[in-house]
Amino acid sequence: MTHAAPPQIAVQAPVRRKRRGLIARLFTNPLSAVGAVTVVAILAVAVFGPLIVGFDPILMQPAIRLSPPDATHWFGTDDSGRDILSRIVYGTRYSLLSAVGILVMASVLGTAVGLVAALFGGWVDEVLMRLTDMFLAFPALVLAMGMAAALGPSLFNAMIAIVLVWWPWYARLVRGQALQLRQEAFVESAIIAGASWWRIAVQHILRNCMTPLIVQISLDIGYAILTLAGLSFIGLGAQPPTPEWGSMVSVGRDYFLDQWWMVTFPGMAIFFSVMAFNLFGDGLQEVLSPRSAQ
Amino acid sequence: MLLYIAKRLVFMVFVLFGITVITFMLTQIVPGNPARLMAGQRATAEQVQALSEQYGLDKPALTQFGIYIKGVVHGNLGMSLTYRRPVLDDLKQFLPATIELTLASVVLMLAVGLPLGLFSAARRGKPLDFATRILTVAGVSMPIFWLGIIMQVVFYKHLQLLPIGGRIGISEFEPAQVTGFYLIDTLIEGDWGAFRSVLAHLILPSVTLAAGSIAVVTRMMRASVLEVLDTDYVRTARAKGMSEGIVLRLHVFRNAMVPTTTVIGLQVGALLAGNFLAEVVFNWPGIGLYAVNAIKNQDFPAIMGVTLVVSVIYVFVNLVVDILYTVLDPRISLNGSVGT
Repeated sequence: MTHAAPPQIAVQAPVRRKRRGLIARLFTNPLSAVGAVTVVAILAVAVFGPLIVGFDPILMQPAIRLSPPDATHWFGTDDSGRDILSRIVYGTRYSLLSAVGILVMASVLGTAVGLVAALFGGWVDEVLMRLTDMFLAFPALVLAMGMAAALGPSLFNAMIAIVLVWWPWYARLVRGQALQLRQEAFVESAIIAGASWWRIAVQHILRNCMTPLIVQISLDIGYAILTLAGLSFIGLGAQPPTPEWGSMVSVGRDYFLDQWWMVTFPGMAIFFSVMAFNLFGDGLQEVLSPRSAQ
Repeated sequence: MLLYIAKRLVFMVFVLFGITVITFMLTQIVPGNPARLMAGQRATAEQVQALSEQYGLDKPALTQFGIYIKGVVHGNLGMSLTYRRPVLDDLKQFLPATIELTLASVVLMLAVGLPLGLFSAARRGKPLDFATRILTVAGVSMPIFWLGIIMQVVFYKHLQLLPIGGRIGISEFEPAQVTGFYLIDTLIEGDWGAFRSVLAHLILPSVTLAAGSIAVVTRMMRASVLEVLDTDYVRTARAKGMSEGIVLRLHVFRNAMVPTTTVIGLQVGALLAGNFLAEVVFNWPGIGLYAVNAIKNQDFPAIMGVTLVVSVIYVFVNLVVDILYTVLDPRISLNGSVGT
């Protein structure tokens, strides 16, 4: 155990230094600061928004259909007389929850495959990685569309389809990290000390993979929202009347030349939230792993 | 070099096999009886039975897979339920439109992305650089379908400058299908009015489709240029009195192209997928619009046909890019590892 002590200290010291200044350093870059603040605002809208907005996002009111933005309906109403602002606010929950769901499922699956491949090595590694390469050789979105179409159009099936084409990226990331970590002195000493396979995988390797994994996930959130909105737009994701941004744009397309508010506002919601998450992700990458930041 | 290409080709055979396995599995998870779907609403039980026997749908899955592979190899992708003819014929008709649009976007992506990335890096920290950084983040965050609709509202409705969609104006004659690329076909016929109309119809869809990829290429080019600007040979070139323009052109541009090439290859995949959205918005009669209509009509042979063909195109493009990569950077040795 005495052999294990020095590298432990060496590894932990910089981590503690990083944590102390994380938020402060995120705010040194104005773009990252804007991203971080907007992300917090979006989270607040998702949690508290539906408690504040005054209209039901599903209930139809044909009498006031297609009315332009005014003091009551700030973003106007849609073809069924529903308040667009309320629908966008409720839609924040759908978009965020599904994006997080996709990333959790894809990263768990990818991490498991990557860890097993790296730690078992040999033919297990070879088989798993060739499988991964095969999935990566596909154009992801097209495959996701094929899968979503085969599974039948629904928000959940669209999520599953995206997970099935995304996990290989995480598998490759985790495998690369794990292979590097396996060479580190603290892992070797754990092996010598007789730690179980499970303990080494989880305590020593997985925990040290977390930072790049979190950076990657934060970079991917925006892309997940965008991909899901795209699938919904062509009718493969959330189905009307679900207040999902992509499907709102899709419905609004029938009216866009005269009732511009029906496509403009949901589209802006997608654009600004994806941009916020991208700026935030870039900032986080710069702070947490400066070497890989460009 | 030849060995490397041979190796890649062998891997490609495996990938293509994997693609057929996956598309076949997709046809298997589709709910409902495919023969029933193929036969249509009013078909009798005997007709459905006959169709299942004809396509081997009553056989075990492995036998079906054999039949499927044999069909794919012979170019038989099944019958399209919407058009009542072989999927392959549909694809032959719609693919040129998609390729024309994709190529136009690739040209835009390179013509705008590469110089913008180069100049942005050369003027690091200046207003141009800052503007570029904001534009690139905006570009990758933009939903293609929404950008397309906004462009239509601005350039068609308000400015009345560009057509709203389609490939050619209704007052022009459609050119005879020689290559299927309208830009070339109209030129062959010498019909300048039609050529101008085709060009005008191409602008909005290609800009919309390219926006995200321009952002990615610009960003990658900027990062690679910054890295190259830091190298000793650039310092030497400057020290011996070369003008900044020549340094950028001779030393920086070519070396920064190497890492950017990989990203360009990946972006072609993004463009192929983006086609599905852009074609719907601009009513562009390519395989994207065809596939989306197929999805609405539950036309599974058509959907799987498009998935297969687009995947194969993507795999080929990436093979070409990888070969190009070794040409651009001679240090990448025959067995794919980076030499010193």
